[in-house]
Amino acid sequence: MTARPAPGGAAPGPDPLWVRLPQAFRIPFSGMRREIATAVIGLLASIAIGSVLMLIAGKAPGQVWWAMLSGTVSDPSLLGQALYKATGLALTGLAVALALDAGLFNIGAEGQLTAGVVVCALVGTALPAATPAAIAVPVCLIAAAAAGALIGSVIGVMKAARGAHEVITSFMLNAIVSGLALFLGNRVMFRNGTTTGAPIAPGAELPHLGIGGSSANASILVAVLAVAVVWWLRARSTWGRTWRAVGQSPDAARTTGTSIGKVQVLVMIGSGALAGLAAANFVMGNKHAFEEGLGRGTGFTGVAVALLGRMHPVGVVIAALLLGFLSSGGVAVSDVVPKELVEMLPGVVVLAVAAAVPLVRRMEAA
Amino acid sequence: MTGAAIEAAGDAMVTAELDKRYGANQVLTGARLTVRRGTVHALVGENGAGKSTLVKIVAGVVHGDGGTLAIAGKRVEVATWDRRAARAAGVGIVQQHGASAGTLSVVENAVLGVEPLRGPLIELGPAAEALRALGQRIGLPGEPWAAAERLPVGVAQRAEIIAALHHGAKPLILDEPTAVLTPIEVDGLLETLRKLAAGGTTIVLVTHKLDEVRAVADEVTVLRAGKTVTTFAANREAAPGDRLDVAAIARAMVGTDLPPPPPAAAPAADARIVLELAGVLVGGELQATDLRVRAGEIVGVAGVDGNGQRELALAIAGLVRVSGGAIRIADRPATQATPAARFALGLAHIPEDRQHGGLWLDATVADNLALGRSDITGRFRIDRARVQAHAGAQITELDIRPGDPAARVRSLSGGNQQKVVIGRELSRRGLSCVLAAQPTRGVDLGAVVRIHDRLRGAAAAGAGVLVISADLDELLALCHRIVVMLRGRIVGEREGAALREAGARSALGALMTGVEAA
Repeated sequence: MTARPAPGGAAPGPDPLWVRLPQAFRIPFSGMRREIATAVIGLLASIAIGSVLMLIAGKAPGQVWWAMLSGTVSDPSLLGQALYKATGLALTGLAVALALDAGLFNIGAEGQLTAGVVVCALVGTALPAATPAAIAVPVCLIAAAAAGALIGSVIGVMKAARGAHEVITSFMLNAIVSGLALFLGNRVMFRNGTTTGAPIAPGAELPHLGIGGSSANASILVAVLAVAVVWWLRARSTWGRTWRAVGQSPDAARTTGTSIGKVQVLVMIGSGALAGLAAANFVMGNKHAFEEGLGRGTGFTGVAVALLGRMHPVGVVIAALLLGFLSSGGVAVSDVVPKELVEMLPGVVVLAVAAAVPLVRRMEAA
Repeated sequence: MTGAAIEAAGDAMVTAELDKRYGANQVLTGARLTVRRGTVHALVGENGAGKSTLVKIVAGVVHGDGGTLAIAGKRVEVATWDRRAARAAGVGIVQQHGASAGTLSVVENAVLGVEPLRGPLIELGPAAEALRALGQRIGLPGEPWAAAERLPVGVAQRAEIIAALHHGAKPLILDEPTAVLTPIEVDGLLETLRKLAAGGTTIVLVTHKLDEVRAVADEVTVLRAGKTVTTFAANREAAPGDRLDVAAIARAMVGTDLPPPPPAAAPAADARIVLELAGVLVGGELQATDLRVRAGEIVGVAGVDGNGQRELALAIAGLVRVSGGAIRIADRPATQATPAARFALGLAHIPEDRQHGGLWLDATVADNLALGRSDITGRFRIDRARVQAHAGAQITELDIRPGDPAARVRSLSGGNQQKVVIGRELSRRGLSCVLAAQPTRGVDLGAVVRIHDRLRGAAAAGAGVLVISADLDELLALCHRIVVMLRGRIVGEREGAALREAGARSALGALMTGVEAA
């Protein structure tokens, strides 16, 4: 059919090149392939934009990208550091992805992580020094998750009960939690004159993996376990089926008997708990104490991880590793390009993936 | 004046003969419309007859697939006729739910897309004054600088009418303008139309309310199933209100009085009541409604869309807060029950809109057939074998195509999508009551037959079935009893043999359109 409704009165013209080109190559899209295409296009666009930024900074993009890759791979400490970053990002990314899967854009993983860091450190410090690991580790993990879950539940309840938009509430809670953390730090935790708190009980410490003296630590197991659990729930359980129905088709979920509000609250509790768990990586696995600014940015970059990972737990792991390596790569080339340039890239990824979503849908519809 | 004479008249403002298809659905088949200059022309028909589509093509809001169209005697190309061209030609349209950008002022809305410019800046002053003067001249004073969203619906609609007149309004098309108005506003609008007509404006009024037609129309074109049935002209000598034979128009709208096939044997009068509504109230939309459905009985709810049927269905399904009255399902109080609790009482719910409520379009056929059915999926861990087996059985039984449980529901045709909803809902265990809202809307004939079979089957198995449909033929073919809704009330009821009589159809049609009291 040639006649298409043309809102605004524009005459229907031929589709632009970027729609026709993939048609010519007959890229078949369906479910998983669509998501992979979105991620790949978003990633390629990010690399292109990153290259332009490097050109503006007066560097040859090819050389910089190569230096990032070779520099990271050849240096065990940078590799380990990438893994350390990826551990935290996998958990916050999973938190954002879980909420997004249920139709909630939780950009408050930052605040939920901060709450986890504070409470994990408080509980870890309060435990008697002789507490065995078998008790101290689970207690501190539960404390971190519970703190994040509490913040998440506030967002969920406000959404379900009053229809308050989760982007607004989660963003504002980030500011509130960050202020509270500093307040608690100053009043209770910082040892005189420093921005570091007392060490947690030795039993609550998670060992470093010893990769080139990097911060990579055993909390990677927590991340792997969380990914596995979320994957199983999402793919194999009625819970996952329900939260995805709420995310993709709330009308159908409601009509077939699901309480949307209940699901939103539970999902935000789960999302907050995952973000809070990322504290394990920073407090229990690395610094063994509360520290001002610990883990900062991991929650926000988690948004990029979730979007690039297309809300799928496996995608989140891949995206977390990618952005973890990118961060190490930034260190590897820090004497060539300004560090700020590399720090811009997660933001670029968010924009590029967001732009790729409608593009892929159009290619699919065509 | 006969239809042929009207066509021959050289003073036509609009001459149209149009085709339109939406997907598999042929909406218009050579539908003809001839509107003479300076007349009020009513375009009437049942829901889905194609009235709105026809005028939207004339106004360039949607593209026609083929046919011919002439505006003020000038032939235009149907395939390229769009809103911009129609607006330039002076065709004004006021759409059903209004098309104002809420935060903009009346004058900003009026010039949207054709803003008068002075240099790079928009100049609204003269346009506002022109609107104000125009409003005063035709007796519809209005404030051009008021924000559209702050105006009551009726006033906002008047502002849209003035904006359309400001751009020429050759002709002025009003698409079901009274659907969103209160009775007083309706009277005001009809008064306005009479004034405009007296001033020589050509008006096309799309409606299914025959009292409005009787009040203002000079000529009436009746559409049925996308085709023009006939055109009536008012007898100018007769007394106002008596110039048109509304009974004949109602008959033309609903079609001939063929005796419908007899449905299955009616249940015994003492069969237990499985659904009972006592004085159920939903806002202003559903007014103190009483309704009883017995086991084995198929009850139809007839009526033109928007007369409270939607609220009735939502109230029974538990998807809207009722402001009064009581609901019992399977003899258990259910007024406060959640939708899930109602399903547990044996309710099945086929919602009126499969795309927004019935189905999870991005999930598979198998997942949709098991949506909300923990008896099939299991409580926590999904029993995939059972989900697949259930999907296979329903696909076979309802002939869902493609017969692939892993197919995305979005890719299915409307009829097959609807079969998925039917399959999920009617396979519920311990069914006591089936609520089917528009179960065959936009569905092909083959699917209609299967869906009707399943509904009859459910009744035969002992469930009470409530079918809400805008399609009277469907209800006559299915139901033991039909109630008619008008303005949020049940205004009449026909049962058993009375439904088989010749004339049952026009009697129900008259109730639906409010031509005569029950």
